Amino acid sequence: MNVAVAKTGKGRAVSDLFASVEGRLPGPPAVIAARREAFENYERLGLPHRRLEEWKYTDLRALVSEVLPLAASPDAAALKRAADAVKAHAIAGARKLVLVDGVFAADLSDVKALGSETSLKTLRETLETDAGLLNTALTDAVIALNAAMATDGVVLSIADGAQLSAPIQIIHIATAASASSFTRSQVAIGKGARATIVESFVAAGSKAYQVNDAVLVKVGDDADVAHIRLMDDAPDAVNVTSQFVTVGANVKLNFFNMTSGAAVSRLQGFITLAGEGSELSVNGVNLLKQTEHGDTTLVVDHAVPNCVSRETFRAVIDDRAHSVFQGRIIVRPDAQKTDGKMMTRALLLSDEAEADNKPELEIFADDVSCGHGATAGALDDSLLFYLKARGLPEKQAQALLIQAFVGEAIEQIADDGLREHVIGIAERWLERRS
Amino acid sequence: MPLLEVKDLKVRVEEREILHGLTLTVNEGEVHAIMGPNGSGKSTLSHVIAGKPGYEVTDGQILFRGEDLLEMDPHERAAKGVFLAFQYPVEIPGVTTMNFLRTALNAQRKARGESELMVPDFLKKVREVSKSLNIPQDMLKRGVNVGFSGGEKKRNEVLQMALFEPSLCILDEMDSGLDIDALRIAADGVNALRSPKRAMVVITHYQRLLNYIVPDVVHVMSKGRVVKSGGKELALELEASGYAQFEDAA
Ligand SMILES: Nc1ncnc2c1ncn2[C@@H]1O[C@H](COP(=O)(O)OP(=O)(O)O)[C@@H](O)[C@H]1O
Ligand SMILES: [Mg+2]
Repeated sequence: MNVAVAKTGKGRAVSDLFASVEGRLPGPPAVIAARREAFENYERLGLPHRRLEEWKYTDLRALVSEVLPLAASPDAAALKRAADAVKAHAIAGARKLVLVDGVFAADLSDVKALGSETSLKTLRETLETDAGLLNTALTDAVIALNAAMATDGVVLSIADGAQLSAPIQIIHIATAASASSFTRSQVAIGKGARATIVESFVAAGSKAYQVNDAVLVKVGDDADVAHIRLMDDAPDAVNVTSQFVTVGANVKLNFFNMTSGAAVSRLQGFITLAGEGSELSVNGVNLLKQTEHGDTTLVVDHAVPNCVSRETFRAVIDDRAHSVFQGRIIVRPDAQKTDGKMMTRALLLSDEAEADNKPELEIFADDVSCGHGATAGALDDSLLFYLKARGLPEKQAQALLIQAFVGEAIEQIADDGLREHVIGIAERWLERRS
Repeated sequence: MPLLEVKDLKVRVEEREILHGLTLTVNEGEVHAIMGPNGSGKSTLSHVIAGKPGYEVTDGQILFRGEDLLEMDPHERAAKGVFLAFQYPVEIPGVTTMNFLRTALNAQRKARGESELMVPDFLKKVREVSKSLNIPQDMLKRGVNVGFSGGEKKRNEVLQMALFEPSLCILDEMDSGLDIDALRIAADGVNALRSPKRAMVVITHYQRLLNYIVPDVVHVMSKGRVVKSGGKELALELEASGYAQFEDAA
């Protein structure tokens, strides 16, 4: 990276990326000091590269030559464009919480409609009294950078026993071109609560921007939760997202991600099963074309006995795109009776498409049932011919088979409306390719 | 003008010639049977007519209503009215039969410049035809042919034939793997589709099927050629004396 360097108050040099915006970042002096430390940590490490095991297939240093300067706070024109994007991407009936270029936009959000069982603060507000959100047990360069630079986010708390009928949709909208936004959010779900959280990443006409998001999810005992992330950023954007999820006992948690945009993306999810008797289902779809690079890296940590985890991952890779799936299941010594399985399948639509699958099991308990499988291949010619012989043109026949392929992951979304919404995104992706 | 004219067709698969100059003419309203031992090239012929890739036509032509079929993509042939009921229908997990039928029918209609069939009309039609073929409604909600028995798969082919209303139906070994009851249901379905506007080519290596679908013309195929043609009595003759007498002729 080639960036200007400025002196900080302490006399140590940090680059302009941080120094020039330090005064804009939310938080009292102690928080700013913690941020500076995080930034120094990031600078020491630099962007992750392929010699780091976790980033072997996603050499961010090569893929993203520099971190772009922080986006300006959105002005009236930006908010106007964002409002149009909200309309286009809102899920029917959902309570919308909108972040524009990394800043919470109250006027575009359904704050009042959240109801009494959901409390909302912004990250900006939270940091005034609590710096804890900037700390994560696990950190790497992109997470440290996020802690240093996060301008805003939503901090949601859903009361014990709340049964939310409407999904909460957090919409990240980029309006600023050639700039970065950094967000950090937290979703805490109370005991026995039932909730659906959706996170959408979209562009409002902007190009070549970068998104670095972190989200902390805490799921209380006996809760029933669906968490759906839909990343459909601009085709030349970069999106790096880190999820930290802690799951209580007897929880039903359904995680889903769909990547259908961005030139370079990495979703890294760290999920810890910390309470017994929980069922975790993590599903994902990567839809990649041209020279896109999409990485989904998941670590599911069975810290306690008697939990079930299932991962179903599908990648559809066209042109010269590159999909990465890394899935690690860790079973701690105490976590007997763990049942953990993951299955990943890649569909290669061109000779130059590339898929890297790295499933790993790290098992330290002896009475467990764990397994993984991975396949990669092209569309089945005999199925294609059958469809064509029934009147479907080549692209339409392919589209039908691709929909069926990703359907195996999408069908895990229980809510009908939401599932249709996700199928719609996949359909539009398929239309764009024909 | 004949509906289908196959003229002196020579076809290779992986450098090996399978059809050595096959000629066949089928007119509207006729039902032709093609009989021949395993390996004589019956499925190859049906695949080449439907446009399956992997076959190299080195000589001859296939005309459909006078048009060069070999110049058309498989989906164009389907829209023109060519239908192949496969010997081994594939399973397509994740694509429900209903969705598949609707998508295929509308693709054909679109190619012919016709409007999309409205959903209620379509559903009504599917319900009627599937009922007559003894196809339970819940089968239509499952993936195409997924978990279907051999008989169900063949009935699903006949269902498609009835919905798409092709003018040329090629039935490749429709009887294989079917018990007598399943065969009767499928054959009744086929017979119901006989019409002066539609021709059928029934491929089989057993005479049995022809008791249910009675042909106008019977062709004997051996080693990649039609070696004898005649009326329906030719099938009985074959049943009695076997294919051996034709091996030399080929
Ligand atoms: N895909 C293929 N590759 C190589 N040989 C083939 C292929 N398909 C058919 N053949 C050969 O062509 C000949 C005719 O096969 P086929 O058309 O299936 O006969 P039939 O349907 O009459 O039993 C056989 O010898 C078979 O082995
Ligand atoms: Mg055959």
